[in-house]
Amino acid sequence: MYKYDAYDQALVDERVAQFRDQTRRYLAGELTDDEFRPLRLRNGLYIQRHAPMLRVAIPYGLLASRQLRKLASIAREFDRGYGHFSTRQNLQYNWPKLETVPEILAQLATVEMHAIQTSGNCVRNITTDHFAGVAPDEIVDPRPFAEILRQWSTFHPEFNWLPRKFKIAVNAATEDRTALLLHDIGLQLLKNDAGEVGIRVVVGGGMGRTPIIGHVINEFVPWRHMLTYVEAILRVYNRYGRRDNIYKARIKILVKSLGPEPFAREVDEEWTAFSQDSPSIITDEELARVSAHFVAPAYQKLPDVDPHHVQSLADSRAFKRWAERNVHPHRVPGYAAVTLSLKKTGVPPGDATAEQMEQVADMAERYSFGELRVSHEQNLILADVRKRDLFAVWLAAKAAGFATPNVGLLTNIISCPGGDFCSLANAKSIPIAEAIQRRFDDLDYLHDIGELDLNISGCMNSCGHHHVGHIGILGVDKNGAEWYQVSIGGRQGNHAALGDVIGPSFAAADMPDVVERLIETYLDQRHEDELFVDTVHRLGIAPFKQRVYAGKELAHAA
Amino acid sequence: MLPDRVIRHGRVEPDLWKFVGVGEEPVPAALPPGPIAVPLAAWKERRADLVARREPVGVWLAPADDPVEIADDLAELSLVAVHFPKFADGRGYSTAVLLRTRYGWRGELRAFGDVGRDQLDELTRTGFDSFSLAPHRDPEAALASLKPFKRPYQGGVDDPAPLFRKRFTTGAAR
Repeated sequence: MYKYDAYDQALVDERVAQFRDQTRRYLAGELTDDEFRPLRLRNGLYIQRHAPMLRVAIPYGLLASRQLRKLASIAREFDRGYGHFSTRQNLQYNWPKLETVPEILAQLATVEMHAIQTSGNCVRNITTDHFAGVAPDEIVDPRPFAEILRQWSTFHPEFNWLPRKFKIAVNAATEDRTALLLHDIGLQLLKNDAGEVGIRVVVGGGMGRTPIIGHVINEFVPWRHMLTYVEAILRVYNRYGRRDNIYKARIKILVKSLGPEPFAREVDEEWTAFSQDSPSIITDEELARVSAHFVAPAYQKLPDVDPHHVQSLADSRAFKRWAERNVHPHRVPGYAAVTLSLKKTGVPPGDATAEQMEQVADMAERYSFGELRVSHEQNLILADVRKRDLFAVWLAAKAAGFATPNVGLLTNIISCPGGDFCSLANAKSIPIAEAIQRRFDDLDYLHDIGELDLNISGCMNSCGHHHVGHIGILGVDKNGAEWYQVSIGGRQGNHAALGDVIGPSFAAADMPDVVERLIETYLDQRHEDELFVDTVHRLGIAPFKQRVYAGKELAHAA
Repeated sequence: MLPDRVIRHGRVEPDLWKFVGVGEEPVPAALPPGPIAVPLAAWKERRADLVARREPVGVWLAPADDPVEIADDLAELSLVAVHFPKFADGRGYSTAVLLRTRYGWRGELRAFGDVGRDQLDELTRTGFDSFSLAPHRDPEAALASLKPFKRPYQGGVDDPAPLFRKRFTTGAAR
């Protein structure tokens, strides 16, 4: 993974000093709340329901064991012994004290970490495929490009005060695992017929209260121009994006109001005006320098079929079930990637204790070259495990509570922290997730239902990605009470789609019944090998809606 | 009221410029003596008068003003200023980049309005070289925040080459 040199380290250290001084001036009364707010937000610090919340950047989701151990020790020393992995591959602490944040940042800087631009109206953490570098369907490695973008966007002087937050995802495999089409900018790396690497640029996607699938505005930008092209997009957005209404300030609204083609022409005109001889054209030397940080680890030459692994699959049904869901293909023979599930029933999705972080750090060191990834589905991933070690990894994961064999299944719920923690939320999300997980605790039933993404957001900001859940649940506030609106048919990936709302919203207590009726409808109607979401797309929402609202009256809001 | 001191080329100096037409205040019919900076609309309407005064004249741009509108007039100006009515409105940064890199403005480029010390780095790097801070701010104390980052990643107007073009020319990093 990327290792800081003296330049990188100096920038992070200077940021700690700058924020320490800003915090000091705020506490001394030299900065008002209104003045300090955007400064602290640029360092990921929110004031939440109970305490400040600090969001630590995990660039493109990549972590080393020593970094995870540091996150664990900070959780113990400055928080209540746990952290929350978010849908943007970051880590959030829910209980730090404002005065201690400069010290937390100083400790993070000792392991090449920071909280830079994890909030605020600026370019946020760059996200990418959690199987980057190991996916069999990868075209090129997206991580060097994500790192080059990270550096470019860090303290960018022109784009630090955008109309609204700005999220960029980079995908470089044939299958999209980044929700690319739902980002402010989605960059799809690909090769043209001549074998040259370029980028298909998607702009103006997003979730939130106006969910929109992004538009392709350029089919092939040469990779050397990645930064100049992104600069052109951001300049157009910075100048013309709306600033009068926070709900209309994202780039998707600008793209929609201009129209994707006129927007693309604006960008092209801007790009043409400066890009030919821009110093921001990426050099071969720079790509080579950054790529050298992401060379493959020292894989052993192994047969692709490991007899020990085959035997274990035959011996243990539970192991086999886990391997079916939580083990993923790897481009190197004899290796696999493993998802450690943070979706155990009774634990808020994405939460991990300090002890668990240390256990994962140990496992990564022992079985996966000392590195791991955070997925946008809020799980942790060991990317480079020998197949012969899978059984041992499973045993260790079981002992630590990460072996829930539910990746891709209904109980692998994506959820924001919701009303229990977040001051923006209209409704709680975690208790809803837990009630649904409890209802579907029968593993045979769960596996029979098959692949199903169930996503929960506590408010329209959609941090829980409910718009793209096969089943999406949105917390809404009606006259001070918490209700839940249900949509079906959303999906992420290459054929991303937004779900359709099935009707009036429900009370919290009815949510497990609602989900169960949706599932029953699917089980009755499905064709062989048809996923829930495909059945929804084939039949439309009508039969689901009918089943949910018929029969026993569920309390629902008018 | 604008403060009477500015940060210019890294020092605090008395401000010789008068800004007219800021906020609700209309541009006076009889212009005061000395260097004055007028809003874009006043420049377009009264350009001949302003040039005939034979005193330094500047134009200040609001966040939504397109700098291309003064691109052909720059030779007649002694100051271009950009107003930041709210510091979180970042349009002025792009205005500055365009003035410096596309339209070739080499004279004094002033940021004024709701400007504080925590914006000075970004303002400098997008090409501003003088700063009129919000009136309650101490410009002397702000000097400490002029350059928080010695070697930033990106190129800027003040130093166009990004770090990646220097890592190979300044020798070993460590």
